Amino acid sequence: MLVIDNLKAAIDGKNILKGISLEIKPGEVHALMGPNGSGKSTLAAVLAGREFVEVTEGSVTYKGRDLLSMAAEDRSKEGIFLGFQYPIEIPGVSMVNFMKTAVNEHRKHDGLEPLSASDFLKLMRDKKELVEIDSKLANRSVNEGFSGGEKKKNEIFQMAILEPTLAILDETDSGLDIDALRIVANGVNKLKKPDNSFIVITHYQRLLEYIIPDVVHVMYDGRIVKTAGKELALELEEKGYDWIKKEVENSIVA
Amino acid sequence: MSVSTEIADRYLSIFTENIEKISGNSSAYINSFRKEAFEKFRELGVPTRKDEAYKYTNLNIFFDHDYKNYFIPVTSDFVRAEEFRCDVADLDTHGIVLLNGFYPTINGKLRQLPGGIVVGSLNEAAAKYPDLVREHYGKYADSKTDGLIHLNTALAPDGMFIYIPAGAVLSKPVQIVNLVYSEEDIFNQHRNLIIVEKNAEASVLVCDHTLSPNKFLTNAVTEVYVGENSHFDLIRVQNEHNNAGKITHTFIHQEKNSVASSNNMTLHGGLVRNSTYHYLGGQGADTMSYGLFLTDKWQHVDNYVNVDHAFPNCTSNQLFKGVLDDMSTGSFNGRILVRQDAQGTMAYQRNNNILLTDDAKMDSKPQLEIFANDVKCSHGATVGQLDEDALFYLRSRGIETHEARLMLMFGFAHEVIQNIKIEALRERLDGLVIQRLRGELSRCASCVVKCG
Repeated sequence: MLVIDNLKAAIDGKNILKGISLEIKPGEVHALMGPNGSGKSTLAAVLAGREFVEVTEGSVTYKGRDLLSMAAEDRSKEGIFLGFQYPIEIPGVSMVNFMKTAVNEHRKHDGLEPLSASDFLKLMRDKKELVEIDSKLANRSVNEGFSGGEKKKNEIFQMAILEPTLAILDETDSGLDIDALRIVANGVNKLKKPDNSFIVITHYQRLLEYIIPDVVHVMYDGRIVKTAGKELALELEEKGYDWIKKEVENSIVA
Repeated sequence: MSVSTEIADRYLSIFTENIEKISGNSSAYINSFRKEAFEKFRELGVPTRKDEAYKYTNLNIFFDHDYKNYFIPVTSDFVRAEEFRCDVADLDTHGIVLLNGFYPTINGKLRQLPGGIVVGSLNEAAAKYPDLVREHYGKYADSKTDGLIHLNTALAPDGMFIYIPAGAVLSKPVQIVNLVYSEEDIFNQHRNLIIVEKNAEASVLVCDHTLSPNKFLTNAVTEVYVGENSHFDLIRVQNEHNNAGKITHTFIHQEKNSVASSNNMTLHGGLVRNSTYHYLGGQGADTMSYGLFLTDKWQHVDNYVNVDHAFPNCTSNQLFKGVLDDMSTGSFNGRILVRQDAQGTMAYQRNNNILLTDDAKMDSKPQLEIFANDVKCSHGATVGQLDEDALFYLRSRGIETHEARLMLMFGFAHEVIQNIKIEALRERLDGLVIQRLRGELSRCASCVVKCG
């Protein structure tokens, strides 16, 4: 589904990603872990199509197509979803109008008629239940005045509505209490299907107790320095990241 | 001879040529103001950019022009206005159609509406309700610096009179559709008086449309009295063509525990200057001043607000926003005066603007003068572009860039519109703003008058 090959990227001339290679198959859940500043969010930004990140080398192939040549909105319509680490507040734009526009853009792309108002409201209602989001939130402006937890739930709510093939969740667990974390994780698990995949970016192993990854990658200094099964997350929880850093530094010396 | 004296002389000839005719149709009381007001105008002249309150607005574009006609309405003028039906879906109002600011006198000069409300010509009201007019006319509109207010007092032939008696609660707004129409370039001035007595509730909606492509200049003064415990909302929707100059001066005088709002929604217009004066003249009064404008091409919109906290424990809130495209320009000048006795004042002001091009320009100036010590006051102004993060957020959900930009601009504008209490009007304005942002003409889609 997604093949990243030797991806290098810079922000304001500073190299952040220094050669990432990664392959994700349909149905897989990949966890991307690593200390602050290791390049996890930059990788998510490249995949979602943020213009301020400049790709300097390498390629990303998504469903056999060159992802990097696609505009952000087209990536979304092709099934890529980014759950933002810091969801944006947009006063004056209602959640209903936002999601309705998004859904109908996706439908147009798929050659479908726009949803009727009543079908759309039914869709909203169903998905609200799925992610246990407060009904009132859906009637407000996008993220405006939402608590940190509400904003993250709102990301999962949007994901539930858009039903992406590849969802990238950028530290969706940061700032969540245990209840919100469980709701977010349940939402993800309910949306998991054999043909869709997830990249779950997180600092902590905690989220991975609820969302069981198939593969765990550790990023450090713009590279993936370790890839293993879900047990790697536990090991990181116990030992922290220092031993990884040491391993990397030793290997450079060697 | 300087340009400004030349311009002042032009208005002197309007005075000498028309004063007899104007006075002949007006009451002695209204006439009693004229001469002195004209002297004041001659002294002050047409404001120039040297005037602090007009620093960013060049009025000469409209004042330095030979208008073929100083508009004084006669019955035949109203025939076309009578044909106009504003068809705002679901907007249930008491509708009135004006021509160039004047009430049509075909079917009587004053109209009684349910709830004891009177709507009609100010001249007629001065004859029929002399005490009411005497009590309020000329009491609130004044200026030591702005000659245009005096020019209006000197020469306005007539205008709207609205009277809401004590205790009357209007379930639906009075909607005034003001058609600006003439086959010639005209200068027109009208003078409105709105009296809302105590314990009353009312809202007045004024929609300005231009129906012919001629050059127009309007200089209008509105005095509003809001009595104790009353609620009053004034909503103005300005939708005129690029060759129209519109200058409004609105004076809202509030008594104890009254709540009032002014909403200036400028969708289209060549040069627009709205001066709104809020006087909080009793304890516990609450006033809101809202404004939204969308400009493009060479348009210029200037909002001037003056909030005067004269009594303790009053609240005021100013929110003005602008979206400027092409090489259009705008300015905002918001003054808050908190007098020494006005303890417990809460006064807020915010002005946010989006510039869509490098050529668009906005000037924003807060002016706070605080003489009391127990005061909560805040002000903030921003001039910027659309938020790139917000734009990306929308695009990342599959929304095209063009549409995402429209949504952000709409959201920006909606923050002002959402304060309008009449739901149908709110929806209508939302729709008009979307049409305007899409570059479609924003006049009522179902308007039966085919204007150019």
